[in-house]
Amino acid sequence: MTKQEALYKYVLRLGDHALIQGHRLSEWCSKGPILEEDLALTNLALDNIGRAQALLKYAAELQGLGNTEDDLAYKRGEREFYNSLMSELPTGDFAFTIAKQMLISVFEYFQFTALSHSADETIAGIAAKTLKEVRYHMMHARDWCYRLGKGTEESNRRLQNAINELWMFTGDLFEMNDEDKMLEVLDIAIDLNEIKTQFDTLVQTILRESDIRIPENGYMQTGSKKGIHTEHLGHVLTEMQYLQRAYPDATW
Amino acid sequence: MDTQLDLWEVFIQSKAGSHHVHAGSVHASDEAMALQNARDIYTRRNEGSSLWVVPAKYITASSSADADMLFDPANDKIYRHPTFYIMPEGAKQI
Repeated sequence: MTKQEALYKYVLRLGDHALIQGHRLSEWCSKGPILEEDLALTNLALDNIGRAQALLKYAAELQGLGNTEDDLAYKRGEREFYNSLMSELPTGDFAFTIAKQMLISVFEYFQFTALSHSADETIAGIAAKTLKEVRYHMMHARDWCYRLGKGTEESNRRLQNAINELWMFTGDLFEMNDEDKMLEVLDIAIDLNEIKTQFDTLVQTILRESDIRIPENGYMQTGSKKGIHTEHLGHVLTEMQYLQRAYPDATW
Repeated sequence: MDTQLDLWEVFIQSKAGSHHVHAGSVHASDEAMALQNARDIYTRRNEGSSLWVVPAKYITASSSADADMLFDPANDKIYRHPTFYIMPEGAKQI
């Protein structure tokens, strides 16, 4: 594997994660619990899709085959996607979406803080811009954790169930492979083990302040860095890629 | 039952130094949510640099029935407008 190939895979992974997370959030459009939150969730979706566009555009350049960001988003199959397993999980109820957004935002907050110092200028630039957005996502999701956790018996139960269900997908966020190791030496990629401690501390604080029990670290799902996914990604792609698959290269 | 949470009025300052101008309202259960909802609804297209949110119940409004009494007497007091001054040369506004 050359440095160029490793960088391509690394940037692709960051882009895929934002794309799939953005798509899942966009599923809330017109279905939010109140109009205000409907807009808030779709704003988060747009932030993610904007980030995906920037990253996939850069990935396409690195790939050097004349592809565009749209080719990468709409013309790859399930096994060629490297988004985190957590991002592809169905939206579930509102508590599940909030719990998922909180865990992902906390992870991204530390990830992009570190990546804003990347030796790769494009990654560092995208990370610095993303960091502003992610700080807001994290605050928004954290505040909702407080409200649901300390709200009614039902809202607490729903948030607790969501955290329990999501916990086994947290391990996948921190897995590293050969690309990470190769690029970390060059100060381009980051050591995810280093941000794991920060993630654990902040997530535990938020959950404790929300009256939510912290689950035991048991069995952890794995696979996204190898392109192995849950059964849910295929369904996301079916909907997301429908137009390009049915009418290749359609323009309007 | 009203399930829409409390009503808050939103004021946006478009740039530092200018007034906060009423933009509309949002529903929210607390101050933090009111600010976030206002940000998400009213500043999506670069409209603002600062936000105020005020619980709508704290705004006292004049009654439309009193509009004649309150505002009509000002109609014929043209001398209250500073239009009788000669603009100093070079001044854009006074």
